[in-house]
Parts: sequence; C-alpha cells; structure tokens
Amino acid sequence: MRAAETPRFRIERGTRASRSGALVALLGLIALAAGPWWLGTGNMRMVTEIAYYLALAQMWNLLAGYGGLVSVGQQAFVGIGGYALFVLVILLGVPALAALPIAALLTAIVALPTAFVVFRLRGAYFAIGTWVVAEVYRLVFAQVSALGGGSGQSLPVDAIKAIAETKAGREMAIYWIGLAIGIGAVALVYLLLRARQGLALTAIRDSETAAESLGVHNLRAKVSVYLVAATGTGLIGALIFLQKLRISPDAAFSVTDWTANVIFIVVIGGIGTIEGPILGVIVFFVLRELLAGFGSWYLIALGAVAVAVMLRSPRGLWGLIGERFGLDFFPVRRRLKLLARAPDKLP
Amino acid sequence: MEWLDTIIQGVLLGGLYALFATGLSLIFGVMRLVNIAHGDLIVLAAFLGLAMVEGIGLDPFVSLVIVVPLMAALGYGLQRGLFNLTLGRDILPPLLVSFGLSIIIQNLLLEIFSADSRKLQVGALETASIQLADNLAIGVLPLIVFLCAIGVIVALQIVFYRTELGRAFRATSDDQETVQLMGVDNRHIYGLAMAIALGVVAIAGIFLGVRTNFDPSIGPARLLYAFEAVIIGGLGSLWGTLAGGVVLGVAQAIGAKLDPGWQLLAGHLAFLLVLLIRPRGLFPRAID
Repeated sequence: MRAAETPRFRIERGTRASRSGALVALLGLIALAAGPWWLGTGNMRMVTEIAYYLALAQMWNLLAGYGGLVSVGQQAFVGIGGYALFVLVILLGVPALAALPIAALLTAIVALPTAFVVFRLRGAYFAIGTWVVAEVYRLVFAQVSALGGGSGQSLPVDAIKAIAETKAGREMAIYWIGLAIGIGAVALVYLLLRARQGLALTAIRDSETAAESLGVHNLRAKVSVYLVAATGTGLIGALIFLQKLRISPDAAFSVTDWTANVIFIVVIGGIGTIEGPILGVIVFFVLRELLAGFGSWYLIALGAVAVAVMLRSPRGLWGLIGERFGLDFFPVRRRLKLLARAPDKLP
Repeated sequence: MEWLDTIIQGVLLGGLYALFATGLSLIFGVMRLVNIAHGDLIVLAAFLGLAMVEGIGLDPFVSLVIVVPLMAALGYGLQRGLFNLTLGRDILPPLLVSFGLSIIIQNLLLEIFSADSRKLQVGALETASIQLADNLAIGVLPLIVFLCAIGVIVALQIVFYRTELGRAFRATSDDQETVQLMGVDNRHIYGLAMAIALGVVAIAGIFLGVRTNFDPSIGPARLLYAFEAVIIGGLGSLWGTLAGGVVLGVAQAIGAKLDPGWQLLAGHLAFLLVLLIRPRGLFPRAID
C-alpha cells in the first residue's frame, strides 16, 4: 500500500450498544448516587451489598475468566482486608475511612508471599491450594487473642462515631463508598482489559503457548492479575466488615459467602465477560429475595442452576443474550471495519 | 514414650486420611478430574451408614455391604450423567460442576439430617485397646482403619496392574484418544473408575462416622485433607497417598499435642512446607 492512499479500514472498539448503554448507565448511576434521598435504610444496605458482591464477582471474573486462575480461596483476602481494617482501627487508632485503602495495601503485601506458594500448583490443584491457604489464615486469626480469637470482636463505639456523628451520616458514607467500589471494580476490569495487560491476558486465556511465543511473560501476567484481584478483594473485605461492624474468623473467611456465592454469580451471569457478573448479581439477588423463606433450598437451587448453566451454556446467561442480539456493552475487543469503498484486491 | 504415643496415634489417623485420599488420587490418575465434592461425598456415605444403623438397625460395619454398592452405583451415575459432560481441555467446567455439586450435597444433607453432630456407635470396640507397654496402648478401632487403608490400596494395586480393567484404566490415563481406537469405551471406563473411587469413599465415610463426630458441614475440610495427602505423597502414586496421609496425621497429632488449637493448622503447614520444598510430592509418579 502506498503512503498516499487513504486506509480502507478502521479499527473500532465502540459499539452502538456500548454508546447507548453508557448513556443509560450514566443516568442510572446518577439516580443511585442520589440514593440517600430516595432509598430507605434497608434498601441502601441492599444496594451496598449488591455493589460489593458485584465488585467481588468482577475480581473473581478477572482472575478466573481472564487470568485462567480458578481460585476457591478468595475468601482469604476478604478476611485479611476485614481483619486489617480492625487491626488498624482498634490497635493503631487509624480513622476507619482512612484505614480502608491501607487495609487494601496490607492485603496486597500478604498476597505476594501467598502467590509464591499457590503458584506451585496448577489448574484444578491451584483451586484447592488457594482454599487450603484461606483455611490457614482463618485458623491463624482464630489463634490471635488480641483480635478476639475464635469468637471475634466488634468495632468500638467511638471509632464508629468518628466516621460521622449521626447514624444517617454513617449509612450515607458507607453507601457511597460501596457504590464507588462496585463501579470502580467494573471500571478497573474494563480499563485493564483495554490496556496492553488486557491484551496479554486475553491472549493467555486463548492459548498459553501461543501467547508465550509472541513474547507475553505468562507467569508475570498471571501473578500481576492475582495481586490486583487480591488487593481489590481486600478493599471490598474491609468495606464489608466496616458495614457489619463486627468480625470473626468464620464470617471473615467464609467460603460460602465470599467464594461460593461469587462463583455462582459469575458462572450464571457469564464468565469471561464484564456484562456477565452484572447480570449474575441481579439474578443472584432476585433468586435470594424469592427463595428467602426456603432456608438451604435456596443454596441448593443456586447450585443446581450453576451446574445446569455450566453444562448447557458455559458462557452463561450473558453468552446467550449477547450472542443472540449481538450486544457488547463493554467492548474490549478490537474490530476491523472495512470502509465503503472496498479495495480491488487485498494488499 | 509420650511422644512415641503421639506419633503412633498420628500414623493411625493417617490411615483414615489415606482412605479419604485414595478415591481422589484414583480419579485424578485415570481421568485428570479433581472432584471438589469429594469431601461431601464422604460425609454423604457416613449419613447413609447412619440411615442404615438407625433405620434398619444394622451394625455400622455390616452397613458397608449396602453403602459401598450404593455409593459405587451413585459414582457410576454421576460420572456418566454429569462429569463425562465436562471433560475436555478446559479445567473450568469439571471444577465448577463439582463445586456446585458440593454445595448441593451439603445443603441436602442439612435439610434431611439437620445440623446436629452425629456418630456411628460400635459399642465396646470404640474403647478397646492393645497394651504395648506400661503407658503405651494402641486403639483397636484406629488400627482396624489403618489396616483397612492398606488393604484397600493393595486391592487397588492388584486391580490396576493385574487385571484387564486396570490395563484399560492405565491406557485411558496415558492417552484417552488412542485408547478409543483400541475399542475401549472411555466413558464407561471413567464411570467404572468413579464407581470404584466412591466405593472407597463409602468405606472412608463409614470409618469417619465410627471414629469421630460428623455433621453436614464438614465435607470441605475432608476434601482438603484428602487433597493434601495426595499432593504430599505425589500425584498418581497410591502408596505415596498413604505416606501423605501418614505425614498429615502425624503433623496434626504433634500440633494437637503442643496446643489443641494447632491441630488443623499444623497439618496445613506441613502440607505447605512439602509444597515449598518438594512441589511434586514425596513419591511423584504421574506428570501433570
């Protein structure tokens, strides 16, 4: 192709769905941000919970769906983030809100040696290895009597009062932080996947050997994605236990709450897509509200739905919808668009 | 002498862990499947035993005659109806399907049997012991469990290396495409492997119920012990799995002796230590 010729194609990323979707999402976010003025206390708690489950799901999806690292041990980082917050606030007197980012940082510091151990295992063994490590952290925290041992402890009243004087003020603060973390997690995954690192991750997901031969440092990319997910999960954990105001080893390192539910959300919604966890979290909360009166039948139903989805439609509900209607709200792929005047012959 | 006693108790406990781990090791060896529901299936077998004992008044050991074939049939059905659909290059489907199955079994048991802690009673045998020295005695029951673990492994070794079925297992493990060209139906072979694995799981479950208390929530911890024994011993080696169980049992016994709160932690730390020093386990055989 000579230099003077105009290119006959264009690389595009935005889609019609992504542009109109962005507008609708923006309006929805403005409405949610104004939540304290039109949602009741109960609904605000619910939105916060939805937001942190969305964030947890995005972090797990980044790890498993894009990084190919299926972990059953992310509750380790929820627990460490939560405990880091309590240590900072109770033992070191750090203000609770300032302790949130520090707790995330501390989680990252713990995640580094953890990665060193669990990366010795591959595939399915990595999954169970991460679970063992989470158990180790749970048992260790249960031994520390300064943190309440096995029965746990609560945040002291003056530390809670320091967040905001009134109950409404505290609820508002936690609501906005929760919302910010939920949206931040979606944005982080989206931006990361559009950047160079995302291209490397997608390449690894599709073929490890091919990616390595094209100069992608697989191990480094995987360790980085593990650390990013751990840090994000730690921040979410700190927020969760700031909202709950009480922590115990069993609640902090609960595999059902912080990993089983999250895996079901991602699998049902659609693993390896950004839309999937969003759809999954909606399905999860709808099912939970509908089946609230049925005790453990709710988890049985959730498990059965996840198994059925995995067998029938491994790309999840979003895989079905997105493919059927050609929708792509978070375009991370590049599309080659040929312009109207097609070339006579390909160069 | 006190320490010798601790180590002996640990070794015998290791026999139970080896029984937990043998099924996991077997199905990994034949079809590279890691079944997250493994621990919950052990607990399911214990509850089936409980149903036999309380329902028709069988002795727990006699209930094996019913529970073992029942679990084996369940294994064949699960493999043909569920796990065979997930096999392939991608590790995600088998992991997530077995994870979903684990949650389903746990909560079904919770609905049917409640969260109460249960135990299978075997009368005088529970407290019987053999006096070795003045202050050193071996419990008869732990000894039976340990010998049974050895018996199961010997039997599996014979099946694996002396029978036609074992040849099919080994061939499928080596190359599942070629074996089909040789006229082996690998879906059926996988079904049989899972049936044998769950038959062993049934034995493990009954012994679990006889030795300790159990409730629907303890499955995942059993999975972790089984997994640790397999990794400590080295993938694909059944005798290695027994050694792994013993290492885990001894580590837990020593931990418990130092401080009751350290029992589980010591076992997990022993596993992590082996992983750091010898990532492929003590007696590696298979190449992952």
